[in-house]
Amino acid sequence: MWIAVSSLAVMGATLGTLLGVASRYLHVEDDPLEQELLGILPGANCAQCGFVGCGQAAAALAKGEAAVTLCPPGGKSVAEKLAKKLGVTADLDAHEEKGPEYAEVIEDLCIGCTRCIRECTSDAIYGAPKQMHSILRDNCHGCSKCFKVCPTEAIKMCKVPVTMGEWHWPKPDDLPHAG
Amino acid sequence: MKLFPVRGGIHPDYRKDRTSELAIVALPLPKTLYLPLQQHIGAAAEPVVKAGDRVKKGQLLAQSGGVVSASVHAPTSGVISAIAELTAPHASGMPQPTILLEPDGHEEWAELPPGIPDPFSVDPNVIRARVAESGIVGMGGATFPSAVKLNLGSQHKLTTLLINGAECEPYLTCDDRVMREYAADVVDGARIMARALGTPKVVIGIEDNKPAAIKAITEAAQAYTDVEVISAPTQYPMGSERILVQLITGQETPAKKLTADLGVVVHNVATAKAVHEAVRFGRPLLARVVTVSGGAVAEPKNVLAPLGVMVSEIVAFCGGLKTPPKRIVNGGPMMGQPLPTLEVPVVKGMSGILALTAEETSEQPTQPCIRCGTCVTICPCGLVPVDMAAFIRKDHLDSAARIGVRDCVSCGSCSYVCPAHIPLVHYFNYAKGKLNALDREQRKTDHIGKLVESHNVRIEKQAAARKAAAAAAAAAAASANPENRAE
Amino acid sequence: MSVLNITKAAPFTHAPNTTQSIMLTVLLALAPATLFDAWLFGWPAIFMFILTVGFCLLLEAGCLILQNKPLTPSLTDGSVVLTGWLLAMSLPPYAPWWISLLGAIFAVVLAKQLFGGIGQNVFNPAMVGRVALLVSFPLQMTAWVKPSSAPGFVESLGITFGHASLDGISAASALGYVKTELSRGVPVSESVHHLPALSDMVLGIHPGSFGETSAILILLGGLFLMARKVISWHVPVSVIGTIVVLSGLASLADPARFAGPEFHLFAGATFLGAFFIATDYVTSPVSKQGQLVYGAGVGFFTWLIRTFAGYPEGMAFAVLLMNTLTPIIDHHIRPRAFGRTRKGEPLPVKGE
Repeated sequence: MWIAVSSLAVMGATLGTLLGVASRYLHVEDDPLEQELLGILPGANCAQCGFVGCGQAAAALAKGEAAVTLCPPGGKSVAEKLAKKLGVTADLDAHEEKGPEYAEVIEDLCIGCTRCIRECTSDAIYGAPKQMHSILRDNCHGCSKCFKVCPTEAIKMCKVPVTMGEWHWPKPDDLPHAG
Repeated sequence: MKLFPVRGGIHPDYRKDRTSELAIVALPLPKTLYLPLQQHIGAAAEPVVKAGDRVKKGQLLAQSGGVVSASVHAPTSGVISAIAELTAPHASGMPQPTILLEPDGHEEWAELPPGIPDPFSVDPNVIRARVAESGIVGMGGATFPSAVKLNLGSQHKLTTLLINGAECEPYLTCDDRVMREYAADVVDGARIMARALGTPKVVIGIEDNKPAAIKAITEAAQAYTDVEVISAPTQYPMGSERILVQLITGQETPAKKLTADLGVVVHNVATAKAVHEAVRFGRPLLARVVTVSGGAVAEPKNVLAPLGVMVSEIVAFCGGLKTPPKRIVNGGPMMGQPLPTLEVPVVKGMSGILALTAEETSEQPTQPCIRCGTCVTICPCGLVPVDMAAFIRKDHLDSAARIGVRDCVSCGSCSYVCPAHIPLVHYFNYAKGKLNALDREQRKTDHIGKLVESHNVRIEKQAAARKAAAAAAAAAAASANPENRAE
Repeated sequence: MSVLNITKAAPFTHAPNTTQSIMLTVLLALAPATLFDAWLFGWPAIFMFILTVGFCLLLEAGCLILQNKPLTPSLTDGSVVLTGWLLAMSLPPYAPWWISLLGAIFAVVLAKQLFGGIGQNVFNPAMVGRVALLVSFPLQMTAWVKPSSAPGFVESLGITFGHASLDGISAASALGYVKTELSRGVPVSESVHHLPALSDMVLGIHPGSFGETSAILILLGGLFLMARKVISWHVPVSVIGTIVVLSGLASLADPARFAGPEFHLFAGATFLGAFFIATDYVTSPVSKQGQLVYGAGVGFFTWLIRTFAGYPEGMAFAVLLMNTLTPIIDHHIRPRAFGRTRKGEPLPVKGE
């Protein structure tokens, strides 16, 4: 019996050690993940997540150093996709859905300095020096860079309204049960 | 005509006897009419009047807002008191822009376009234009602009215009009464639409639980060889256009395609009547027949109501509510919209107003699914509601989409039969809405992504150009100096 | 009037059936066969039946309390009563009280509650109970008795709660008898002649499990269920059809080795299994096409185990084996969607 026990123990120990060594020295670096995460992010480099550019955010996500709810313009859909790619469950209930926003110029306050035009990541603002600036709502994704840079606070961030055409039934589980 | 079998479906308790033998009664004009700018699928109509304008009956109030849109006309003469946001007759309870019209009681007609003398010899475009300017939309509840649907003849080879007189929802009898009382108008309107579409044949399909309507329409259509009336087996959802087309052709409309791809276009009987009015008399769509029923209504009736009258007024006209209702529904009980309040207007697609008691709705708390498979057996679309609902509950919307939740037409048959009272169709409505919202978000993200990319490319080009210019200037300066010194 | 809360989407009407009404219909369908066998086997069987159903209810209540779940509707919808009833029907009629208790533990606690309660179990709870008992206590689980042994009330208490022996009233079931004779070298074609007459087999006057003996009453119950649309014909026809076809072909080929269809139909739990056990909603496929495959598998394994394996009755094992395949069947066999091909692509439009 002792021969059986000891031989199995030796085999187990040897194979276990081999596996441990292999997992350390033959480990494959996970590069493609970062590229895939970058693809999911909006790519506007708006820096609302705190990282300089989406590339850095993707790197942090790949290392697991950032939460999947880090991207406000991306909203819930991006957070869900990131969670799926990383194989984590995102606690989206706690995630404060700021809701999509868009920027609007308060014409009375605009002095035509063009600083916002230069900041806009998606070329949604048109105007010329000393001319009134306007924002194309369909091209604005609410990164708020223009809002932060305007010297006269002539830009305000507005919530994108939900129209009847976009309304849909909430999940039955989320509705209160009427008597 | 040979009829083919259809799959699935249910046989609910129809409860139509409360109103099926009651002739249509006209509602007296109320004090105010509320006309939403969006009573149809497509872009909202744009107002051409403002507060203070005097308008006549049938006058255009709001112009069609695009290719897929419909106009709104004054149901009576009076004064526009305001254009305001008012609660829509929609489950969301959201407000929508509405024209408020105060009738003056004179019922003065505006100058209407003349009746088309012989619609069967004019260019079909003339008929389509008349239907378009009359604001006619699908009156079965879908409210798709009829003029757009009548244009399908130019894009598809069509054989049949199928007039939908099935009215498969329980309680509703408005189409039944229209067929009985205006049979000749329905047949005439149908033949006119066939002319506009270019279809050689008209088939009018009526469920066999309406024998009087079948008799009336058959008699009215007797003189015409191109019109055939068929008695369809009573089965919900026979009124679904794809199911009705399968009944008469034996063919399933392919997914993501129209029935027109099979050569058939479907229109409702009330739409046919409205086309008759518009083409023969130039009268736009101003009123519709609404079935007011349900156990909580004191005197159920079929009411001819002007568009824009408050639902509360119609209910009061029907004796008011004798008990507090459990649910108030716009439409039929199977697919209708629950209304948050009675203070919403009657719109073009409102085929019924039902005040249902708790006993009629038979609502019970949801219990765990026992995988009985009844939902699978009766689904007319061949889907697997039990699995789709399980996926959606766990937020695996992609899996639900993979097994076909987008194909669901929300007929409600599965929720009706589920012994555990699981709100299956509610899950599917949520899933379809959420998937559409995610698609919209994705399109927006893609659009922004393209803009950001071109922005970055432009910046890089500018930077490179500046570098090149600076280098060229430096090289020019460097080569100029030694030349100067050399001289 | 006040604003109504929109808490629910359409539809706003419902069919009258509920989980409870379905369960009660099934119990009603089982009643004739159960009452007949209660009369046939007497008091010990009645005690066994009451104990089995009672233990199932108590254990279910206990599990729900431990999980802090409400007792209704789980206890009142009739599902656990049905589990206990079917388990009792598959136990030997004079089984002692502790067989009932252990069976209930295996069925309700292990096979149902530990998997998540109603609707979540992978395996048929009654069959898990029966099979676990059969494997653990083969002696008690094959203690068949002569019908109409009719012990008195007090004597019956001794059988159920005491250690009274069953000598003098024990008998072999038809399946057991034929298998044992075959192992002794007696061909099947001969041993079937020593079985009770076919009329007795059909009516139910022969040894067997409590509740499964009367083929005719079970069949009537099954047809009643089909008429009430609780079950469809797909599972029963495929189970019975497969058994008949396989046993028919085999007995034509070698009547000495293989018993014929009429034997397989009326001996053992064929009808009970086909109409009441294999049709269990939770553990069988949801689509009709899937149910045909499932039923064929149950029939196949039943015949296979009865003919070649060590146990005389194969229905319980066959059902459990096919239960493992139900999720796969459900995954791969789905109805064809309207307007699409079997693969899920939109149908081609003619002329394109």
